[in-house]
Amino acid sequence: MIATEVVKERQTQPPAEPLSPARIEYLERLVRRSRTAAAVFSQFTQQEVDRIVRAMVSKGLEQAQRLARLAVEETQLGVMEDKVIKNMVATEFAYHYVKDKRTVGVIREFRESNLTEIAEPIGVLLSLTPITNPTSTVLFKCILAIKTRNAVIFSPHPRSWRCCHEAIKIMYEAAISCGAPEGVFTCVEFPSLPDNAYLMRHKDVGLIDATGGPGVVKAAYSSGKPALGVGPGNTPVYLEKSADINAAVVDIVISKTFDNGTICASEQTVVIDDEIYEAVLGKFEELGAHICNECETRLLEKTVIDPQTGFMQPMAVGQSAAKIARFVGLPVKPNTKLIVAPIRGVGPEHPLSAEKLFPVLAVYRAETVDEALRVCVDVNHAGGLGHTAVVFSRNDQIIRKFGIAINTGRIIVNSPGAIGALGGVYNDLVPTFAFGCGTAGGNSTTDNINIYHYLNIKRLARRTQNHMWFRVPNQIYFNRSAVENLRHFPSRCTVVLANPALEQLGHVDIVRRHLGPTTHIHVSIIPDAEPDAQIIHQGVESLNSYQPDQIVALGGGSVIDAAKIMKLKYESPDADLEELAAPFLDLRKRVVEYPTRKAAKARLIAIPTTSGTGSEVTPFAVLTDKDRGRKITLADYSLTPDVAIVDPQFVMSMPKGLTADTGIDCLTHALEAGVSNYASPYTDSNAMQAIRLVFKYLPVAYEKPDDEEARSLIHNAACIAAMAFSNASVGVNHALAHAFGARFHVSHGRANALMLPHVIAYNAAVPAKFMPSPYTQGYVAHKKYATVADLLALGGHTVEEKVALLISATERLLDRLELPRSVAALGISKDEFEKAVPEMTEVAFNDPSWRSNPRMPLMSELNDLFWKAYEGRGAFKIVAATQTQAV
Amino acid sequence: MGTVAEFAVEENSLISLLEKAKQEPNNTRTDLVLDCSTVHRIDAADLRALEDFAQFATEKELNVILRGVRVDLYKVLKLIGLTNYFSFAN
Repeated sequence: MIATEVVKERQTQPPAEPLSPARIEYLERLVRRSRTAAAVFSQFTQQEVDRIVRAMVSKGLEQAQRLARLAVEETQLGVMEDKVIKNMVATEFAYHYVKDKRTVGVIREFRESNLTEIAEPIGVLLSLTPITNPTSTVLFKCILAIKTRNAVIFSPHPRSWRCCHEAIKIMYEAAISCGAPEGVFTCVEFPSLPDNAYLMRHKDVGLIDATGGPGVVKAAYSSGKPALGVGPGNTPVYLEKSADINAAVVDIVISKTFDNGTICASEQTVVIDDEIYEAVLGKFEELGAHICNECETRLLEKTVIDPQTGFMQPMAVGQSAAKIARFVGLPVKPNTKLIVAPIRGVGPEHPLSAEKLFPVLAVYRAETVDEALRVCVDVNHAGGLGHTAVVFSRNDQIIRKFGIAINTGRIIVNSPGAIGALGGVYNDLVPTFAFGCGTAGGNSTTDNINIYHYLNIKRLARRTQNHMWFRVPNQIYFNRSAVENLRHFPSRCTVVLANPALEQLGHVDIVRRHLGPTTHIHVSIIPDAEPDAQIIHQGVESLNSYQPDQIVALGGGSVIDAAKIMKLKYESPDADLEELAAPFLDLRKRVVEYPTRKAAKARLIAIPTTSGTGSEVTPFAVLTDKDRGRKITLADYSLTPDVAIVDPQFVMSMPKGLTADTGIDCLTHALEAGVSNYASPYTDSNAMQAIRLVFKYLPVAYEKPDDEEARSLIHNAACIAAMAFSNASVGVNHALAHAFGARFHVSHGRANALMLPHVIAYNAAVPAKFMPSPYTQGYVAHKKYATVADLLALGGHTVEEKVALLISATERLLDRLELPRSVAALGISKDEFEKAVPEMTEVAFNDPSWRSNPRMPLMSELNDLFWKAYEGRGAFKIVAATQTQAV
Repeated sequence: MGTVAEFAVEENSLISLLEKAKQEPNNTRTDLVLDCSTVHRIDAADLRALEDFAQFATEKELNVILRGVRVDLYKVLKLIGLTNYFSFAN
């Protein structure tokens, strides 16, 4: 063959013609037959499928030699002996991989993640097979198809049709003899490009598996059908100086001469380190390669590479080295296995750097590792993206560097590229005859195509039981004189944080008295207001100066919150409060991480002096950003105080108004935690107990401030409710109260009170929008309110009645506490409120508090709730029990 | 006034049964019930026969009701587009 003949053959390929009606009818018959076979096949069991596969594999092995001979005779490509090996790999190795794999019904179970994978056959596959590996590809794809219960329409390359047809026939007869459905394999007679185009677009063809040249692959991907398009490669090889030269050269010769280089994963350009270049070439020569001089290289490239397209001449494909040498006119020794041609670069000016599916190998001498890698990348990008690359080295760093630099689906290490890429022989890659080349190669996968690409894998995703938690301080001391327990905590230096009023009341002295006698005590007085950056800064400076190992926070929520933030900054000076306050949906998955490395360590003991916020046991702290007029909420269990001392002696002097406000805050915590989507039996028990205590003892504590039992139990209730909401969070009531309180400077407890009856009614109704929550089963808020009503012995027979009675009881409690019962009662005019509502609605909607609310609030609903609070008593309506119970 | 004819389909009997149903001379019949509750698997020949019968039933305006079809079989019928030609009953 000479170059001009090659060019002529390429130019005389017939143009595509439209299909005749008879041809269309023929193709339709093929598809119908395949579709019926696939439908019937979908009923087969794993055992039946495995029996058929086994029979086919046995027959394929038995016929491997005959099919190899047929392939070489028909295609005039490759080496018969090598094609026998290919046929055997395509059957035996494929079988070894698939034999124990489940491909029918449930194929895999992932118990930890509660996932089950179930196989669904694709149906009808259109398989285009190449001329270079005709029978082996057919054998392989038949096995894959049967193992996955699919029917295949084969469209072999026209110049390998006869041998492919014979391979399909052998596989089909073996399959049918074991019960496979008739029509499971069909083969297009006299296939043409229009036939392929028609079948590729057919509605009943589920997947195109196209192995071949770029045209075939492109057509497959352009069809709009799911496709496995596996195309050409251009395998770069890096032969690094630490490699075993003898082993490497033998591997390359094995690979590049295997079936006369027709496997597209075979080596194309070997980049050799300067230090070993001469030795490598010497070894090639010793093993039967002809090393071209510059003149011979020029001659070779002009003959085997098409000067117009830059691609290999088809007539050279699969020919022996001796035959190619004869074409070119190279004076080679008899039995020359391989022609090695030194090149000085990659690209059109260096034609031999292109893919050559015949035993011609380009070699490049590289002076440095970087140069070698650059040239390999160039070869990789010159038609080999996504396919295969090879590296020979004993240096694992070099091997990894090569792997990172090169973009191919397979990077074969210290083994022959062609056979290595097939998988299962030299490595544990999945055995295949189709190489996915990834997106860089225009393919959908980089995998070695295998059974899993012939299946739709369905996943049963069972509802998972998310881990929940109940986290509270290690130690909680309660009841009168609990402060005496301070002596159990040895301390070198303790800083007591408190506000001025508490110092005047003598509370700070009480604390001081109970700290150990050897403890250095420093008292830091901070304002009784939500802490701002300046207060925190001053506090941290004070801590840095005293270097305490213990901080006692004595005060209401503001002081304890300040202490939590000061401790955070004292222990982790680099903590960025802004960043730590970033919003999150699920605490376990949130983006920010609180610092775990501590520069210092101090125990935080919280002693509350109000009965409401429960800050002594919560993981929350609020910081006021005065500059920007907003609040920064920090939430992390690392903020939770180490010890809480709930001693009622510190609340005996609380004013009545504060008792009512903080008591209702406590009730709101408990009610919201009770119906929260994060509620658990652990939080429920706390929430319910707190609700019971508040309803029974808050009026007493309010009306008889000296009643120590009532004070004590309400103090406990606040702490118990806080343990519930620390773990179950709050809800929409808090979101509304935050927005309203901030806008009109109304105390938090009082703002909560204004919203509470309306929010109970709101949550008890059928939600306009349910809140997605993996933690709850069904909508239960109304039932939980009914449970609260039962706990309080309010009576009622139906859920609806019980919810109504709970709201009435709440109303009565608010009345007894002499709390304002409407926004209007606070003296806020309707006009003023109307102007504020849009912004308050926006703020409430952005408040993270409602994320755990059982009902997802719509903006319009928040707006309505504000207006109900404005109007006050009786503004809510209880929805019909039949409605709520149906949810 | 139409009448109903009912046939019990047994494994491997579908083709002959459909032939019999086709040849039945009762012109007043409007409904045909095929009890498939014992059919566990269907082969290509059965499917072809069902396809032919679907065509026949369409031409004769015959309402064919498949009774007791298991989901595996229903899925096969779905895959080859036959479910539109039949009614299904429990």
